[in-house]
Amino acid sequence: MINDYEVVIGLEVHAELNTSSKIYCSCKNSFGQDPNTAVCPVCMGLPGALPVLNESVVDFGAKMGLALNCHINKLSRQDRKNYFYPDLPKAYQISQADIPLCENGWIDVPVCGGVKRVGINRIHIEEDAGKLLHDDIYDGSLIDLNRCGVPLIEIVTEPDMRSSAEAKAFLDTIKMTLQYLGISDCKMQEGSIRCDVNVSVRRRGDTAYGTRCEMKNVNSFSGAVRSIEYEARRQIELIASGGTVEQETRRWNDAKGESIVMRTKENAQDYRYFPEPDLLCIKIDENRLNDIRESLPELPAEKILRYRQNYGFSDEESLLIAENMEWADLLDKCVIELGSDPKSICSRILSDIAKYQNATGKTINETGLTPERLSGLIKLIREGVISNTAGSRVLEVILEKGGEPEEITKQLGLVQNSDIDSLEKLVSQVISENEKSAADYRSGKKNALGYIVGQCMKRSGGCANPRIVRQLVEKHLECI
Amino acid sequence: MKLYQKNAYELCRMLREKKVSSEEICRDVIERINSHESRINSYISVSNDIIAQARAVDKALAEGKAASPLTGIPIAVKDNISTKGMKTTCASKMLEGYIPPYDATVISKLRAAGAVITGKTNMDEFAMGSSTEKSYFGRTCNPHEPLCSAGGSSGGSAAAVACGEATAALGSDTGGSVRQPASFCGVVGLKPTYGSISRYGLIAFASSLEQVGVIGRCTADTAMLYSHVCGSDRRDATSVRRSYPDFLSCISCDIKGVRIGVPEEYFGECVSSDVRKAAESAIDCYRKMGAQIKTISLPLVKYAVNTYYIISSAEASSNLARYDGVRYGYRARNCRSLDEMYFRTRSEGFGSEVKRRIMLGTFVLSAGYYEDYYKKALYSREMIRREMINAFNECDVMITPTYPTAAFRLGEKDSLSMYSGDVFTVSANISGLPAMSVPCGYTEERLPIGMQLMGRPFSELLLFNMGYAFEKFTAGSFMGGALI
Repeated sequence: MINDYEVVIGLEVHAELNTSSKIYCSCKNSFGQDPNTAVCPVCMGLPGALPVLNESVVDFGAKMGLALNCHINKLSRQDRKNYFYPDLPKAYQISQADIPLCENGWIDVPVCGGVKRVGINRIHIEEDAGKLLHDDIYDGSLIDLNRCGVPLIEIVTEPDMRSSAEAKAFLDTIKMTLQYLGISDCKMQEGSIRCDVNVSVRRRGDTAYGTRCEMKNVNSFSGAVRSIEYEARRQIELIASGGTVEQETRRWNDAKGESIVMRTKENAQDYRYFPEPDLLCIKIDENRLNDIRESLPELPAEKILRYRQNYGFSDEESLLIAENMEWADLLDKCVIELGSDPKSICSRILSDIAKYQNATGKTINETGLTPERLSGLIKLIREGVISNTAGSRVLEVILEKGGEPEEITKQLGLVQNSDIDSLEKLVSQVISENEKSAADYRSGKKNALGYIVGQCMKRSGGCANPRIVRQLVEKHLECI
Repeated sequence: MKLYQKNAYELCRMLREKKVSSEEICRDVIERINSHESRINSYISVSNDIIAQARAVDKALAEGKAASPLTGIPIAVKDNISTKGMKTTCASKMLEGYIPPYDATVISKLRAAGAVITGKTNMDEFAMGSSTEKSYFGRTCNPHEPLCSAGGSSGGSAAAVACGEATAALGSDTGGSVRQPASFCGVVGLKPTYGSISRYGLIAFASSLEQVGVIGRCTADTAMLYSHVCGSDRRDATSVRRSYPDFLSCISCDIKGVRIGVPEEYFGECVSSDVRKAAESAIDCYRKMGAQIKTISLPLVKYAVNTYYIISSAEASSNLARYDGVRYGYRARNCRSLDEMYFRTRSEGFGSEVKRRIMLGTFVLSAGYYEDYYKKALYSREMIRREMINAFNECDVMITPTYPTAAFRLGEKDSLSMYSGDVFTVSANISGLPAMSVPCGYTEERLPIGMQLMGRPFSELLLFNMGYAFEKFTAGSFMGGALI
C-alpha cells in the first residue's frame, strides 16, 4: 500500500550565524553565557530601544545564497512578524517577508550513487528568540534572553524531496555547506541548526500535490527522518482508510516518536507582517556581491562529486572525507599540491588517522601531521622503503610528536629489508621452529602459510619485505 | 522679573557673566512648580535632585569647566523619553513603576550639555491623544485657562514651559503632539525633519512618523535646545547622517524675498474665525517684512488624517505588543494561564484610547484587510509626500494655522472629533517635513493662537528665521506663555 504513494517533502532550515555580535545590537553572539548576561536594551526589547542592522549578517546570508545558486536581491526589506510568546520580548520578530535577501536557487545534493537537485525557494535573515526553561523548584517558567537577537538565516526549499533519505542528504549537505562557508557553528546540541518539515503524500503518477502538514520542533536530522516517516505513514493510512488530510501544524515529539496537532488551518496564526519602520531597506551592490562570490570555497557537494568521479571513492568515503573539513583539506593538499595517490591518502585518513583522533580527541591541527609528512610517508610505502604495517607505526609517531617520515623510519629501524640472503635465513629459521605449521601446509592446510609469514614479519620487527617473505616461505615449503 | 520668567538664552548670558547661579534659577523654578502644580499638573514626576544637579553645574562653572548654552538651564522632559534611573511611564498604568536602565540619546546629550532635568511631563497615554486628558496620572490644564486643555499629547511639556515650571522642554510629535499643545499654550514648538533627532530611547508609538520635538517660550530658545539634541546617531538606523549648524548663532531676521505658500485647503470652514484672522494677519506681517505671499493648493491633504490614523495605529499595535506583563511594567494578578495573563494585563493596563488604536491597528494589518487599509495608506502616504515636496517648488515655506481652533475646553471632545482636529499637523509627519508652531495671536477670551510654519526637509534654520523675524516684527506681543 505504501508503495502506491509518493511522499513530497519541503524543508525550512534555520541556522544560527556565527557573527561576532548579534544582528541588531553590539552584544556578543556567544553560546553558553550565564542566563540574561549577554543582553542589552535592544535585544531585551526594552521600550524605546531601536535595532541597527549588523551588516556582516547580510554578507553571511548572501554568501549562503550564492553557494545555493540564488538570486540575491540588491534591495531587500525587513519586516515585523507579530506574535505573542514569552521568549519574544518585543512580541514581534524582525524577519523578511515579501522581499527576502536571496531567492530562486538550487543545490545538487549527493544521494546514493547520484545527485538530487533541490530547489531553494528563498533564504532570509532574521533574529532568534530567547529560551524558556521550565523550573520544577518554582513550578514556573524562566526566561533566558541571551539568544534574543542571535542572527539566523532561514532556508526554505521547494517541495522537491521524495524520501526521508533525500531529506537527510539535503540536511547533511546544507550543514556541510554552512561549515565550509564558515558562517555557522552547526552545533546541533546547542540548537544552532533547527528545521521545520513539510510533508504531503499523493498517489504515484498524480501531478497535483496533496494537502501538507508542517512539523515543528524537529531538533535533529535523525528526528527529521523519523518525523517524515511517521507523518507519511499517518497521511497514507488516513487516505487509505477513506479520510482526508487536513492542513495543520503539528508538534513533533521525538521521545515518543509521534506528532500532535498544534494548529489547524482555521486557527492558523495571522502574523500581520508589515515593513519594519525602524530599519531601512537592505542594500547590497554588485561589488560587494563579487567580493563575496570570490571568497567562496569549493563547496562540499562539488567536492563529493569530484571524489566520486575523479578519485573513484565510494559514496561513503566521499561523504566521510567531505564532512570533515580538516580531512578534506588534508586530502586535497596531498593529492592536488603534492601529487599523492588519492585512495592511499583516503584509506590512511579513514583508518590510522581517524583511529588516533578518536582515541585522543585531537583535531588534525593539534597533531604533528602535515600534508607534506603524510605525502612523504605514502611515498615511502609506495617505493617499498617501508611496509604498510611499519607505515602505521611511523604515522602514529608523526601524529603524536611530529617529525619527518624518513627520519622516524630510520630511528625506529623500520627500513624494509628486501635483502634475499638475510630473509632466506630468517625464513628457514622460522620454518624450523614451526614444524607443525609447515606440516599442516604440506598436508593441504594452505592457510598455515599466512601464519608462518606473520611469524617472519614479527621476528623482523615488521621490517621484512612481506612480498619477498611470502615468496620465500612458499618456495621453502614447496621444496622440502 | 523672576528667573523662571526669563528665556533660556538670557539665563545663559547671566550664568556666563556670573550674575546668577543655576541653583538660584532652579530654586525659582521649583517654587513655581510648588505653587502651580496642583492647578496645572504639568509633571508626572518632578526630579528629586534638581538642586543637586544645579549645584554640580555651578561647581563645574566655578572651576571654569567648559559650558554650553544649555548649562544650568532647567529643562522638562516628556515622560515617554527614557531617563536612566528615573520613572518613565508614558502616562500609562502599564508602565507605572518602570525605570529605564538607560538614557535616550537626547537625554545623554542634555546631560552632556549640563542641562538640569526638572522632571517628566504629563502626556496622553503613549502619546495617543491631543488633549493630555488621556493620562493615567490625571489631565493637564492650560496655564492660560485651567478649564481648557493644554493640548496634547505633549501637553505637560507645553504647559510647564508656558507656566514657568521649566525654561524649555522636550516633547514628541507623531501627528502634531508638540505643535498643537505649543499653540494652545502660547509657546513655540518644533517638530523637526524626520531623522534629524535620534529616536533612541523615545518609547515608540508610531516609529515612521514620530520625532522628538522641542518647546521654548521663544524661537531663539527653541533653536538653542534643538541645536543640542539634533544630530545623527548610530543607535538609530533612521537618523540621517549630516552635520548641523549651531542654529542659535545662525538665526537672523532677514526673510526678504522668502516665498511663502499659503495652502488654501488649510483655511477652510473648519477654521474658527479667531484663528483665521490671526493667521491672516501674521501673513500680512510677513508681506510687510518683504516676503512674497502666494496661494497654493494641496488637494491630497484631505486624505492625510485617514492615512495617518491607519499607519500610526498599525505601527502602534506592533510597538505596544511588548507590554505583556512578562518582563516589566504592569501584570494582572492571579492569572491561571499565559493567555489569561496576556489578556488581563493588557485589558487592565491600557486605557481605552490606547486599546482603541491597538485594535484599529491590528485590524488594518490583518489578513484580508491589509491590502484595503494598510497598503492603501502607504500608497496615499507616498502621494501626499510627493505633493508636499512638489509644493516646495513654488514656495520656500508654508504658513497654516496649527490647529483649527484655540484650546478647547477639557472634556469637550470625543475621540473622533479629536482625530479630525489633527488635519493641519499630520501632513508634516506623513511627509517627514519640519514644522514649527509659533504664537501669532489671541482669541477674544485671551487664549493663545499658533501658526504653523512648514519647510523642506532640513530647512529648520529658515523656520527659525521666520519665527524670530515675526517675534521681532510684532515686538514679542504673543510671546512668553502665561508667566504672570
